[in-house]
Amino acid sequence: MVTLYDYELSVNCYKVRLLLNFLSISHQLHPIDFFPGWEHKSEWFKEVNPLGHIPVIDDDGYVLRDANAILIYLATKHDTLNSWYPVEQPSLLGETAQWMMFAEGTTNTASAARLHDSLGYEFDIDACRAGAHRLFRTLDEHLWFQEQRNLNWVCSAEAPTLADLVLFPDVILSEEGGVNRVSYPAIRRWTDRFRRLPRFTLMAGVLEAGILT
Amino acid sequence: MFAARCEDAALLDLWHPVAAIPDVRERGPVSTQLLGQMLVVSGQEGEEISIKEFMAPMVHGQVFNQGREVSLPVREAFGFVWTSLGAPPERLFDIPEFHETDRWSENSGSFRVHTSAGRTVENFLDLAHFPFVHEGYLGEQPYTEVKDYSVTFDDREIWATGCEFYQPIAAVSATDGQVTKYTYRLAHPFCPLLYKTSPVDPKRFDVIGIFVQPMTEVRACAHQFLSLLDETNDDATIKRFQAIIFGQDKPILENQVPKRLPLGSRAETPITADKTSIQYRRWLTELGISYGVIRDNTQRDSEPCSEIF
Ligand SMILES: [Fe+2]
Repeated sequence: MVTLYDYELSVNCYKVRLLLNFLSISHQLHPIDFFPGWEHKSEWFKEVNPLGHIPVIDDDGYVLRDANAILIYLATKHDTLNSWYPVEQPSLLGETAQWMMFAEGTTNTASAARLHDSLGYEFDIDACRAGAHRLFRTLDEHLWFQEQRNLNWVCSAEAPTLADLVLFPDVILSEEGGVNRVSYPAIRRWTDRFRRLPRFTLMAGVLEAGILT
Repeated sequence: MFAARCEDAALLDLWHPVAAIPDVRERGPVSTQLLGQMLVVSGQEGEEISIKEFMAPMVHGQVFNQGREVSLPVREAFGFVWTSLGAPPERLFDIPEFHETDRWSENSGSFRVHTSAGRTVENFLDLAHFPFVHEGYLGEQPYTEVKDYSVTFDDREIWATGCEFYQPIAAVSATDGQVTKYTYRLAHPFCPLLYKTSPVDPKRFDVIGIFVQPMTEVRACAHQFLSLLDETNDDATIKRFQAIIFGQDKPILENQVPKRLPLGSRAETPITADKTSIQYRRWLTELGISYGVIRDNTQRDSEPCSEIF
């Protein structure tokens, strides 16, 4: 059984929860009092992850940290269709990895702006928002071109990949960091498609497709 | 750019929450804003807590131009640090339950939200949104009816009593859906509390409140306060429940337009069920508040552009 050390409002934890549910992997959540308790920096948690970060999973004694590492591990182990992390298709796998790297950028800008605005983290808010808009413009353009080729997702495949999954939380919660998405119509259509996937799960702050934005 | 200065005596003279004590003690100093003014709250373990107001622009916690520093009054209550920019009264309201020893009383997070303090308070007082915003937790469709309840005001506090609502999961300690009895109490213009039947002991109440800090006219910080009867759940589980509830409210709150709370008689009328809101808006009007609210109809569509960000 997979145990996820989790904080409800963390985008990186949400990425893992999404995949656990998409793949119907049986799991339990171990809530960490990340805010305001800073339990991820506590002595006991440092034995789980010396870096003091969440998410971390414990899969029957196999402990793994970092959202991307966890997603790759879980997708490779449990996704019988190999669509989320397409290990059997080298060029598609390369595309997936490329956009997963791109999502590091959206996490460090859009999601950092959200931490600044909602939890009071001291980041350079103007730089975070400007960086997020630069990346969103690139993503919006890319998704528009994908649509012209009848492709629904970030990578050139029928089904969504981990690239869509890791980008989605940063994008959908961007308004909480003051990063408005009205000028990105292709992004809006893509977030609607993503939210209509079977076994998609909400987190607090993410609304169902069709409500508000 | 500076945030608009608050000129309302009623707000300047109030005690306002500015930080949770552990945030100051363990991870301070905390820099924040109160009514558009820059504050730094400091005091490591073993030191006195002090609050300085900086009369100069501050960017990302750094003070420029060696601005003038003013020391502000400090008060500790309910796990939070409180201060005032004017002449505060001797008295701060009390929460008797906070002093009962068999309760779990703690702050469960200070969450910032991009709307006015008044909007944040009103959302907290509103029962009608439960089945829509907190479906599966605090409400469930089709149980959307708000039964009639009574509201009283004694010049110092608003009380709404006799509220009842069906809830599938009223709190983490709940094992079944229940009809929850609510009492709302506005102990301070920005401090709404609610008393609800405890799922553990139906004769006693859980107390949940938010102490709202008006940071600017359109940004607030909701300091969450809990005093619960719960012996089975750990801190992280209880706080997770509160984080989910607040996380669900946040996009709703931030999408309300205008961000300042309209007080004018012809401004948006709260739905009929919302007697508490009507009394609340009346109270703010009587206090002569103009900061973070829209007093008359001519102002209704304009948003302040004097915000710091
Ligand atoms: Fe709510």
